[in-house]
Amino acid sequence: MIKTYPGIRAVNDVSLSIEQGVCFGLLGPNGAGKTTLIEIIEGIQRSDSGNTLYKGAPVGARFRKEAGIQFQATSLQEFLTVRETLRLFMNLYPRNIDLDEIIRLCSIEEFLDRDTRKLSGGQRQRLLMALALVNDPEVLFLDEPTTGLDPQARRNFWDLISLIKSRNKTVVLTTHYMDEAYALCDIIAIMDHGKIIAQGTPERLMKEHFGDVVLQFPDEEVKGKIEGLNLCMSQQPGWCEIQTHDIDGTIRLLLERGVSLSRMNMRSWSLEDLFIALTGKALRS
Amino acid sequence: MKKFLAILHARNMEFIRDKSSLGWNILFPLLLVLAFAFVFSGPPKPLFKVGVLGEHTLQSPNNDFFSTKYIQFIPVDDRGRALDKVEHFQLDMVVDVGANKQYWINENSPNGYILERILKGTGETAYRRSTVLGRQIRYVDWVVPGILAMNMMFSCLFGVGYVIVRYRKNGFLKRLKATPLNPFEFLLAQMVSRLLLIQTITVVVYAGCNYFIHFQMRGSYTNLFLISLFGAICLISLGLLVSSRLSSEELAGGILNLLTWPMMLLSGVWFSLEGTNPVVQKIARFLPLTYLVNGARAIMTEGASLADIAPNLLMLGIMSALFLAIGSRIFKWE
Repeated sequence: MIKTYPGIRAVNDVSLSIEQGVCFGLLGPNGAGKTTLIEIIEGIQRSDSGNTLYKGAPVGARFRKEAGIQFQATSLQEFLTVRETLRLFMNLYPRNIDLDEIIRLCSIEEFLDRDTRKLSGGQRQRLLMALALVNDPEVLFLDEPTTGLDPQARRNFWDLISLIKSRNKTVVLTTHYMDEAYALCDIIAIMDHGKIIAQGTPERLMKEHFGDVVLQFPDEEVKGKIEGLNLCMSQQPGWCEIQTHDIDGTIRLLLERGVSLSRMNMRSWSLEDLFIALTGKALRS
Repeated sequence: MKKFLAILHARNMEFIRDKSSLGWNILFPLLLVLAFAFVFSGPPKPLFKVGVLGEHTLQSPNNDFFSTKYIQFIPVDDRGRALDKVEHFQLDMVVDVGANKQYWINENSPNGYILERILKGTGETAYRRSTVLGRQIRYVDWVVPGILAMNMMFSCLFGVGYVIVRYRKNGFLKRLKATPLNPFEFLLAQMVSRLLLIQTITVVVYAGCNYFIHFQMRGSYTNLFLISLFGAICLISLGLLVSSRLSSEELAGGILNLLTWPMMLLSGVWFSLEGTNPVVQKIARFLPLTYLVNGARAIMTEGASLADIAPNLLMLGIMSALFLAIGSRIFKWE
């Protein structure tokens, strides 16, 4: 897939396939090309080259019937209540999920008869999610669905996604929250400058790119003691980080050099680290 | 003050950088001034309109009556139609300058009376006097069809055109694109919605006004409904055409104004186009409102039959088909 806007190649020769029943996470900083890519897949935008197949056939009428889509920002028809908006969208599809079920799933009972313009951020997001679910979709596209939500609302949203996943639905999710991707996604693709730079299960990606653990020491603790040891190190301001598969061996070595372990921290690598390692920048920059 | 200037600057930059709106804001008043200059230019308007039957060189120096200032002499071919116009106060007098020297005035027309005095006062005694009788169409009777049609025009163009552009701008159309809905279904729904609304409103306004004013209605209500239906469909189609691609509300508003203003001024809503600049009359022929106003007015003030308004219906039909065909072809969800 290639898509160029004047002066920028938003999607640069990307190819991917998503298995049924998988939660696929597309990660990347703002401007990485996530939304463009996902909207090309959805058939909303046209690519310069490349095509999208759904169940073996080009994206078309069947896809639109079976897909549920939530955009990053959507305005709704004005002067309609939440219930009326749901009805409107239900009527656009040949097959529907039960209205009561969707109301319960997305927890929208309490503002069902409110004008859609008077919803809070979290309520609005729940309504948009409900609209994406009205046709009981086979595949669900969610573009940064939790951006701007408070932590509690995000947790609720994660529960909802897990529930949807348990029904063997395919979920395609873009996000720039690492914890979200880690909690929800079976497969992660990391995107930067219009390219997918890494793809796989979160665990495999971590394993491929990092040792198992990181040992952290304050700078002054190791200064002048570990030079020439050929350890895989990275420097954080004020801290020295040592990456290792062999914790016992490394610690033995450090003790031999007279490094005190009293101020040592040990931590696992996070997807955030992975991202910085791959792109050289923080995810939200 | 600093905050005020900051906001002022930001808004100015926004406005200046939005090239389409800026262009429009310069272009629109320019066009308006040019249009007015064009319509109201030239010598002072004539006070009387006289239809002249038969071969005649207008304003021949020998002929005192025909060189009277501020009387507009309009050559006419069809005596019957010319006399109808005298009957309906659209012409003040008809003079046959052929072998059968004769003139007609409306007994009830003050202008006819004065013209007759001028004719005699300028020594034209050869002409035989004939009169026609016709109720004067009150200006209100004459103008009502135009005002109702104009209201339909604004409602159809802005109610459809502007709203679709707003839907596109705020992403609602994009959301609909992600559903199985196709553009035809969407546009048809918009069209029918506005059609139901405007027809209902027009009936209510008509009935309401009629209750107080009791205007003339000499034709059939079925025909009147038919012409208003065709007119509304045509104007909605035009609105859809305007909105088929635009995503700037300001630009759409501008273009809609560009369409509605000439129609409001040049479709014969407020004044008869009889005797106006021929270029104006030519322009009027391209405006859908002209056909709606003329058709409705003919039905209401002259009792025109279905056959009489058939050409108007045909033109409105052709224009609708054209607008819809182009509009649906170039329509964009985003």
